[in-house]
Amino acid sequence: MNQLMPIVPEMILTVGAIVLMMVAAFAGRRGSGLTSWAAVALLLAATVALIGAPSHAGPLFGGLIAADAFGAFGKVIIFLASAVAIIAAHGWFERDAEHASEYSVLILFSAVGGAVMVSATSLMTLYVGLELTSLSSYVLASYRRSDERSAEAGLKYFVLGALASGILLYGISLLYGFTGTMGFQGIAGAFARDGTHSIGLLFGLVFVLAGLAFKISAVPFHMWTPDVYEGAPTPVTAFFASAPKVAAVLLATRVCLEALGPATDAWRQIVIVAALASILLGAVAAWGQTNIKRLLAYSSINNVGFALIGLAAGGPKGASAVLFYMAVYVVMTLGAFLCVLRMRGRNGRPLESLDSLSGLSQSRPAFAAALAIFMFSLAGVPPLFGFWPKLLVFRAAIDSGLVALAVAGLLGTVIGAYYYLRIVKIMYFDEAPATLYRVRAPVERLLILLAALIVSPLGYLLIGPLGRFADRAAGSIF
Amino acid sequence: MVGAVTELPILSILVGLPLVAGMACLFVGANAARWTALIATLIEFAIGVWLWVAFDPAGAQWQFVERLPIGAGIDWALGIDGIALVLIMLTLFLMPICIGASWRAIDKRVPEYMAAFLLTEALIIGVFAAQDLFLFYIFFEGGLIPMYLIIGVWGGPERIKASYKFFLYTFLGSVLMLVAMLYMAINAGTTSIPALMAHDFPVDAQKWLWLAFFASFAVKMPMWPVHTWLPDAHVQAPTAGSVILAGVLLKLGGYGFIRFSLPMFPEGSAMFLPLVFTLSGIAVVYTSLVALVQRDMKKLIAYSSVAHMAFVTFGLFAFNQQGIEGAMIVMLSHGLVSGALFLCVGVIYDRLHTREIDRYGGLSDNMPAYALLFMLFTMASVGLPGTSGFVGEFLSLVGTYHMSTWAAVVATTGIILGAVYMLYLYWRIAFGTLRHADAAAMPDLAAREWWLLAPIAAVVLWMGVYPETFLTPIRADVGRLVARVERAAPKGDSMLTAGKPPLKVFDVEAAH
Repeated sequence: MNQLMPIVPEMILTVGAIVLMMVAAFAGRRGSGLTSWAAVALLLAATVALIGAPSHAGPLFGGLIAADAFGAFGKVIIFLASAVAIIAAHGWFERDAEHASEYSVLILFSAVGGAVMVSATSLMTLYVGLELTSLSSYVLASYRRSDERSAEAGLKYFVLGALASGILLYGISLLYGFTGTMGFQGIAGAFARDGTHSIGLLFGLVFVLAGLAFKISAVPFHMWTPDVYEGAPTPVTAFFASAPKVAAVLLATRVCLEALGPATDAWRQIVIVAALASILLGAVAAWGQTNIKRLLAYSSINNVGFALIGLAAGGPKGASAVLFYMAVYVVMTLGAFLCVLRMRGRNGRPLESLDSLSGLSQSRPAFAAALAIFMFSLAGVPPLFGFWPKLLVFRAAIDSGLVALAVAGLLGTVIGAYYYLRIVKIMYFDEAPATLYRVRAPVERLLILLAALIVSPLGYLLIGPLGRFADRAAGSIF
Repeated sequence: MVGAVTELPILSILVGLPLVAGMACLFVGANAARWTALIATLIEFAIGVWLWVAFDPAGAQWQFVERLPIGAGIDWALGIDGIALVLIMLTLFLMPICIGASWRAIDKRVPEYMAAFLLTEALIIGVFAAQDLFLFYIFFEGGLIPMYLIIGVWGGPERIKASYKFFLYTFLGSVLMLVAMLYMAINAGTTSIPALMAHDFPVDAQKWLWLAFFASFAVKMPMWPVHTWLPDAHVQAPTAGSVILAGVLLKLGGYGFIRFSLPMFPEGSAMFLPLVFTLSGIAVVYTSLVALVQRDMKKLIAYSSVAHMAFVTFGLFAFNQQGIEGAMIVMLSHGLVSGALFLCVGVIYDRLHTREIDRYGGLSDNMPAYALLFMLFTMASVGLPGTSGFVGEFLSLVGTYHMSTWAAVVATTGIILGAVYMLYLYWRIAFGTLRHADAAAMPDLAAREWWLLAPIAAVVLWMGVYPETFLTPIRADVGRLVARVERAAPKGDSMLTAGKPPLKVFDVEAAH
């Protein structure tokens, strides 16, 4: 029983999801409202249940998972982001009469998978969590069966995701074969003992990182991201950009720092290359985009690059910076996607082109201001809060002596700023009449307002509490 | 004396009031927004006057200090010395004038415009008052957003290109500074600016830190060859935007040199002194020549700003009291004079809607009052004795001469060239015959325009006749700065030797 107490949040979600699946099966389309709100309630309940979890820290089930502060930090973000993704979808599919209730159930399963990922301390649970999230994601991506782009996105995601899982599994098998254990502690011990002289260990490390890089869509394993983000229904895209991404980044952080800690020199170069390539490609490739979902896909690649800078820095400070970064990133990106969800043309038809935003500041000043705040914040321009996490990752990098990396990364922010500015330019400087129609969605409005308040300069008040939480979480994996 | 004052977070109020007023502007109509902005800026100015009176030049270096820890590595720390005080005062003085200049010229999206201006004001005051490294950076960079919007939304035909150029240029310069700041915070273990000003960084690190800060401040200043954003931004910005750009935002660069580069990296500053003097020398001569051939009034004044700013860098890196005091006065004077010149351009632009110099001529006939004030500001820009321009440029040149006679020679040609392009401009606009019927039909200054230009004219004369008012608050702080950089000051080539005192009174001293 003691073993079960720390995983109460996961159990709430799992049992709840199974029950809701039954409800969905029997109630059909009529039950969609019920399942959505029930799922949101479950996620909130799971978040509340987390409060006691860190006190139960320590290995559970023979070292398969650890319910520590690091996991708790990730779970809070994952659960809340999943709840937002469900709320966002509620108004979305309804209109197209396509909202089968399974959507919320899939999100719940994906959230459970994410929770397992961030608390995994064994390669086996790592893989189980990852696949639980991924399988739900594949279905979600092609959720709109009748839409060609959605189907294509799902298929593409599945094929490439399966390939990445294969690479990851191969790496896991190598690590297991050469260390004789699945546990992170054991692997760390083996690396400390043998160093990176063992070719087998080194190969295992590279393959595991490649598989994880796919999941966090770091360059050069990012190819699927723009297509999947564009093709998937927008609420699903919002979900992809937030919860699973946080889970994957945190998982990569834990693997690198906990399991591969003694081999820091070996993985650091990989992470640095991936970070810089992601920042650069995410910034440059977004220049020519005309579809806002594609643009935000590149933005997420770009942002992962910055989070990886914190990871490259390593140590408790680097890990804390990564956690802080991901928390703020999720708020910014969900805010931006909630705005995209409100881009509707005549008859509520969703719009995705950047041109449809032109002149928005005149027709819908509050909406334009919110989106502008998210864009400036994503660009990392002070005084918006998006600046602070960037500062933290760079501080961690300089603290570890990676000054050149910090300079290169910061120059990347300038390149990236260009396309965020472009959106602001389209909304504020262009005169063309806005083609957007109003959408009545009070809950989303409230969420956008909340997100905008957090990334506004008022967010700096969060530095203290959020920073302490992140520090404590980062401290728990060392 | 200051004890009672520090109870009231006066600097926070100074930063917060425009923010609140700016938010309020967004929720009211056009006319109410104008009045809200005007009243808010006037209250700010009144607070500023009170601040000036309450500031004790002989007192502690940092006054009105407030400190509120926010969290890991950043404090809400504000406080001012005399240098910050006079620059804040300049901002507060120009702001109501900017609002007044936009009263009629801006007729679309007025609430947003006023909000953007008030936001700019708050951020600029924050820059001058910040005592925490990262707080400074946040204010410093935050100013980009409202200025980007002001140029992009209310600017001229080429506004979009200008707004991008302005934003990306300055952003690029600043990120390098951020790297240096992070290094400093880690190396010194504090983010407090006063503490860092007393911290001695390793000399070989100073070299890189200095360059990183230089990248940011040189762009803001702007120094040749990274000045190219300035003519675009100035020409495209609305009149009040140009005033605030030239009047205050360009001063952030000079302030940065005084606050960071010189006291924090004295050895680095000495090492790169030849670089600064070379770039400043080129700026003085080259941009003056460029200004000479401009056909667009605003562009001409923009290039003249680059040339004037070179006097600031000459003076600052002279490493002596006269030079730095001169640089400060040039900054204040240029803030007033170039602001006023842009307003003068705005006055006739509002009537004829062109900035082409050739479309005017002979305005002294039909606009005598305008011609008079324009003449005053032209002369102040040239540096005629009795105006503020003379005091600053003279002190700056004296300081420069101490350090490098050659630099002083080059800088002095700038004064001559400055007279050439400014007088040539004035001649083409105000003198000659009224060639164009539409220009001849322009009415003279309206009451509102008098209210905008007359206060600046008064201060320009005041600063020219009795500069002591403006030197008193900064003297002690400049003295501290000079004492701080003394150990690294390079030996000047002017080999000044004190002459033999002719009076008997001084014999006592000579006998020692």
